[in-house]
Amino acid sequence: MDTRPDPGHVLSADRADRPGRFGPYGGRYVPEALIAALDELDREYTAAKQDPAFTSELDHLLTTYTGRPTPVTEAARFGAEAAGGARVLLKREDLNHTGSHKINNVLGQALLTKRIGKPRVIAETGAGQHGVATATAAALMGLECVIYMGEEDTRRQALNVARMRLLGATVVPVTTGSRTLKDAINEALRDWVTNVATTNYVFGTVAGPHPFPTLVRDLQRIIGVEARQQVLDLTGRLPDAVAACVGGGSNAIGIFHAFVDDPDVALYGFEAGGDGVATGRHAATITAGSPGVLHGARSYLLQDDMGQTIESHSISAGLDYPGVGPEHAWLKDTGRATYEPVDDADAMEAFRLLCRTEGIIPAIESSHALAGARRLGERLGPDATILVNLSGRGDKDVDTAAKWFGLMDESGEVAP
Amino acid sequence: MSTTVAFEKARAEGRAALVGYLPAGYPSVDGSITAIRAMVEAGVDAVEIGLPYSDPLIDGPVIQSAVDAALKAGTTTTDVLRVVEAVAATGAPAVVMSYWNPLDRYGAAAFARDLAAAGGSGVITPDLTPDADDSWIPAAREHGLDTVFLVAPSSTDERIAMTTSACRGFVYATSVMGVTGTRAQVGDAAAGLVARTKATTDLPVAVGLGVSNGAQAAEIAAFADGVVAGSAFVRRLLEATDLAAGVASVAELAADLAGGVRAR
Repeated sequence: MDTRPDPGHVLSADRADRPGRFGPYGGRYVPEALIAALDELDREYTAAKQDPAFTSELDHLLTTYTGRPTPVTEAARFGAEAAGGARVLLKREDLNHTGSHKINNVLGQALLTKRIGKPRVIAETGAGQHGVATATAAALMGLECVIYMGEEDTRRQALNVARMRLLGATVVPVTTGSRTLKDAINEALRDWVTNVATTNYVFGTVAGPHPFPTLVRDLQRIIGVEARQQVLDLTGRLPDAVAACVGGGSNAIGIFHAFVDDPDVALYGFEAGGDGVATGRHAATITAGSPGVLHGARSYLLQDDMGQTIESHSISAGLDYPGVGPEHAWLKDTGRATYEPVDDADAMEAFRLLCRTEGIIPAIESSHALAGARRLGERLGPDATILVNLSGRGDKDVDTAAKWFGLMDESGEVAP
Repeated sequence: MSTTVAFEKARAEGRAALVGYLPAGYPSVDGSITAIRAMVEAGVDAVEIGLPYSDPLIDGPVIQSAVDAALKAGTTTTDVLRVVEAVAATGAPAVVMSYWNPLDRYGAAAFARDLAAAGGSGVITPDLTPDADDSWIPAAREHGLDTVFLVAPSSTDERIAMTTSACRGFVYATSVMGVTGTRAQVGDAAAGLVARTKATTDLPVAVGLGVSNGAQAAEIAAFADGVVAGSAFVRRLLEATDLAAGVASVAELAADLAGGVRAR
């Protein structure tokens, strides 16, 4: 007998007697000083999503500013040559304004900030995609904007630092801890606890304290809602599998959510395997982590025997995070979704193949999902249809990729 | 022994209690024991022993750098319990200040048992509110440990009442909205918060965040039952050239603050 929890219960956070819980995960582990702001955000969001003025303004922006709906592209050559002959369909979040799915969330949270009446937003960023999106929305809506970014990431993603500054944001390099996304979140939380009266924290992923995992998921749901109908229109049936990369997990939840109640659609999250899970240098939180509390929520995390966070490693700054959203932890435990690691080398090979077969340069983050789709194609065979969330474009990664493939030498000169 | 004992003793002397914080393991496990003992000898009534954590999100740069160093040196939860045992032997109540994940990982019940066995008085949990998790309060009650939760200027009266009803030992009132660190002003919000808190409980209310000298301690002692100083002590250790100088500097600050809580 199947004793797993009912998958329909997976997304019951809104109905739970303890708000923001996904099974044992989620919740709110934060200083008391932040509770009032989280309650305010929760209250305003609950009111806003039932307010036609708010939802129509958001819909209008998503259409006229972001460019939604994003298309689904049939990647015929990639499927035939790189994915075992499977039919591969790409949900093109890379075609959004600012180059990734991050804008979906940010526009909603920036509108909420205006509704609450706070003049300043802060955000953390890893690859810089969420920072760029936040800086963009702040410019659009006339909000002061401060972005916290690990010093290591400001180096890896210098182009995005420049983009944020062009958009009028202040970028603060974070020099504590591992100098990556985890520490950027710590600094942003410190800013928020200090300036909460004037400031809203535009959180970038489906992690963090309640209401962020629910709020960000709801704002990213549109990816799956659109894609499900687009695949039905194109193929006449649902896909066999949906693949997404998972760092904090916002693009994955965004595309998974509409398929959770479709039992024949397998959901796959691909985590950053870095140098390989066996080396210990990776960011495969669900694969190799254990339950605990980080950044305000209970979920899986990379931690040692003392409960100290272990630093993650990935070629992809956007996946280089030792935590993961609590809803993914619950999807994992209930068996509704499957999580597997993809190491740097496999991700970069998928990156190269998509460039060559489809003329699309993907983000390195999304390349983990593409590598996963190749694996699924081999497993499921040529009759399978695999929907991949192409969560972002790779313009920001050209430097990293050129070095990886030996197209530039160490000084940045183009190789002969 | 509950921390309440230290507050009652101070009240009997017509003054506020002085609570001093230092992290275990900085500059070394033994060094932290020496520094904390010196703090007690110089007039601190109760001690907060910080359990080093990799992601201390309510701590400012001073405490961050000390706990980073303690972790790099390999300080473990077991080491923290050893510091508690050594400090409790002085007779001053010793509470642990810890973020939730290290306690969750150790196991709430196991930590409560081992802390009580080491002579510890309780735990201050800066990122655990009473309604966040079901495991800590029952474990602490079973072993007679103080559960010290924080109230903040942004707390509603309803949340203050909920929080103080879950507190044992004392209530920790954060004087300002922000992270730990010394400040020129300790904040007008503190007096109002203490008044709102005392309206809900008979427990002593101690004020922390920002206190760095005897004058500020005296200012707070006028309206609170206790004064907590942390970053100012840590800074003394960070800036010292060696352990002996650091310990002397910590003792000097403790004496200054002890004078402050006695100034009337």
